[in-house]
Amino acid sequence: MNAANFNGMARAASAALLLAAIAGATMPLAAQEKTLVAPGDLLQPLTQDWPSYSGDYTGQRFSHLKQLDRGNVKHLSLAWVIRPSTDSRTAIIGGEGKGDFPVAGANMKGSVLEVNGVLYVTSPDHTWAIDGRDGRELWHYFWKTRGSTHIGSRGSAIWNNSLLFETPDNYLVSLDARTGKENWHVEIASLEQQYFSTPAPIVIGDQVLVGTGNDLDQPGFLQSYDPRTGKRNWILYTVPMNPGDPGLETWPSLDAARHGGGQVWMPGSYDPQTDLYIFGTGNPTPGYTGAGRKGDNLFTCTLMAVKVSTGKMVWYYQTSPHDTHDWDSAQTPILFDGTIDGKPRKLVSTAARNGFFFTLDRVTGEHIVTHQFGRTANWAKGLRKNGQPEPDPGKAAQVPGALVSPFEGGVVNWQAPAFNPDLGLFYVSESNSYNLLYLTDPDPRGSMGLGGKRFFVLGYESNALQAIDYRTGKYVWRHEWPQGAGIGTGLLTTATGLLFTGDGNGNFIAMDAGNGELLWHTRIGNITNAPQTFDIDGRQYVLVGVNDTLYSFVLY
Amino acid sequence: MRILSAAVLAALSLAAAGAQAPPTFPAQQRGPGDAALVARGNAIYTLNCRACHGVDLRGGDLGGPNLLRSQLVLNDQKGEAIGPVVRAGRVPAGGGTAMPALALSDEDVKAVAEYIHNVTFTSRPQGAPPAGAAVTLNLLVGNARAGERYFKNECAACHSVGGDLAGIGARITSIETLQNTWVAGRRLDPPASDPARRAVRVTVKFADGQMLDGTLQRLDDFVVSFTTDQGEYRSFVRRSAQPAITSIDVKDPTARHRELWTKLSDADMHDVTAYLATLK
Repeated sequence: MNAANFNGMARAASAALLLAAIAGATMPLAAQEKTLVAPGDLLQPLTQDWPSYSGDYTGQRFSHLKQLDRGNVKHLSLAWVIRPSTDSRTAIIGGEGKGDFPVAGANMKGSVLEVNGVLYVTSPDHTWAIDGRDGRELWHYFWKTRGSTHIGSRGSAIWNNSLLFETPDNYLVSLDARTGKENWHVEIASLEQQYFSTPAPIVIGDQVLVGTGNDLDQPGFLQSYDPRTGKRNWILYTVPMNPGDPGLETWPSLDAARHGGGQVWMPGSYDPQTDLYIFGTGNPTPGYTGAGRKGDNLFTCTLMAVKVSTGKMVWYYQTSPHDTHDWDSAQTPILFDGTIDGKPRKLVSTAARNGFFFTLDRVTGEHIVTHQFGRTANWAKGLRKNGQPEPDPGKAAQVPGALVSPFEGGVVNWQAPAFNPDLGLFYVSESNSYNLLYLTDPDPRGSMGLGGKRFFVLGYESNALQAIDYRTGKYVWRHEWPQGAGIGTGLLTTATGLLFTGDGNGNFIAMDAGNGELLWHTRIGNITNAPQTFDIDGRQYVLVGVNDTLYSFVLY
Repeated sequence: MRILSAAVLAALSLAAAGAQAPPTFPAQQRGPGDAALVARGNAIYTLNCRACHGVDLRGGDLGGPNLLRSQLVLNDQKGEAIGPVVRAGRVPAGGGTAMPALALSDEDVKAVAEYIHNVTFTSRPQGAPPAGAAVTLNLLVGNARAGERYFKNECAACHSVGGDLAGIGARITSIETLQNTWVAGRRLDPPASDPARRAVRVTVKFADGQMLDGTLQRLDDFVVSFTTDQGEYRSFVRRSAQPAITSIDVKDPTARHRELWTKLSDADMHDVTAYLATLK
């Protein structure tokens, strides 16, 4: 993407020639090359290209493209399919491992970037550049891992011509996006402490923000790096690490806080006007055995706003005090301007894994709305005065079993929600599951990580898609899927009133964003990321991943 | 969702694992320790460290922290990080019991480190506690008589303790399995080919008055498919079937159980489990 917003490479190339002709021979060749994504380009609303995790900083996944609409979407058809190669023998090789682990298969569990007709695709240990016109692989970079949890990669970021992504064994890697050649890599978290890294980095100006994951009682943190050199600018812990740190009063001891989790394993959203990066944190640890961490456990399961220039927290709101179910509040929040009680407000909304929807003032963190959107969630006793759900201790894991809704996966998980500002609707999947949760380690010290419990999944009461009014948290429409699981369905909406998602029963679906009417579908298998759209050569593509395969659709 | 398919059940274990789920790839970075060194380290640990750090290394009565999640211990390779702390002692940053200095030799420290790292290596994944003394957990906490009353009011319309549930307490001896089975509404004698599912029946009516029924295979917003009692597989596009579909009626034998989950209290659940356990 660039400021001139050219329609693809062909026109960009001819424009470059034109520029060269104007500039004449005095202009050095390097200066004539276009930067793929200058940091300032990322301030543009999501239109032609998809240059960052959510497409733009708002997290709305609202495309301004208008070629596809409610009338013609029924003619959407397949452009190409690709299952990218995981053959390390033909790849550009990087990494610090010995190459003694089996090569990880591809899985599409994040965002693909699209810039000037080229797609940048990530999967644990793999990064590909793919021609968006026909799905042809341009280059493949393979990372020799040192090990670690290979659960997913949520995508990459572009700073000028550098492609930045994280590896499961905790490196931030910078490649030349045009060739796949490595610029540098730096370690961002300890493998020995069992961190693993899944998020898509987020570029803001000349900083790149990275998060990590961990399931063994280590503290969560957000870090800023210099995308030019890989040098760290700052680190912000999400739990108290020193005597006197804010939030320490919500833990029984500093040792408990320092092992309290709160991982930053999903990208957040950014408000350029206030320089606030707003993101959600993961569950406290030990996850299920909370006896050794009595208190609210700040800043786990919390929406945090951090000033990017300083790395300091400006406000916070904890959406799940003292979680005991591994229900992270890491979901990417959505920023938008709206109206509350007749007054224009700058807002942020999030639908949390625990089944509650929240709207806050994104400048101050002031609480505005809480509403339970997961209709069977039964773990809260009610709401506190400030809108926080109050956990019911009886619904933590119990030795004789507790009947808990939802199960570990939550009412929602990491899959992206969407927001349509024309309609004022927040779209999110709603999965109403039940399990029996048994405490197997009643030791008052607690287990570690996610240990100390056993669960038995009973099944689903229902699975649905909701279009939520951000002003009340109540849905305007709700479509219940006849069969299938709701988790795993990310969302995309457009300025023409379209909504794309999956039904958990193998169908990829286009709906009317205003009323949920089904407009088009194709049975390609359960989608494993959120659908995306972009324009190449004046044609609007819709891209979605199913396990190890990418499907691209277009109008003919 | 109104229906729970076998495919969904199969997917459940995956979905239930959620995002930060079990390791799917080598999560262990270390191999097992040298057996002789581990044994020596165990003995030294027992003598010098156990009182404070606990028999299972998760912290002890005298206030020592959990070593299995200690950053210093996790970073340590062969005692190089543990040694200085052992020999100098330590005052915790957040207050609490200070660790005394211990005069252990380099070899002793190395052995203790090997022992601790080996416990981490042999621990079950995701922070489950290391195997220690067996703990007996009592899951049978309910009141059987209260459970019998609940059963008569809420369950007896479909189930009978002399019929389908005869001897259930003897047929399923694990209290946990017994509770899981009855709350889920699973079959007691599932065929191996179809371990958990009860057949969901579907009746499809058409504009010409025709009616077909069978065992539901799949139902979404677009297609319905099922196997008739004669073993014939049928599928229809819901919107464009000829003749037109006028109704699709699904009968799921576990539907009542899913309704039950939304109102069943944990106390009632434990009571019914206690009652069923008495049905030997």
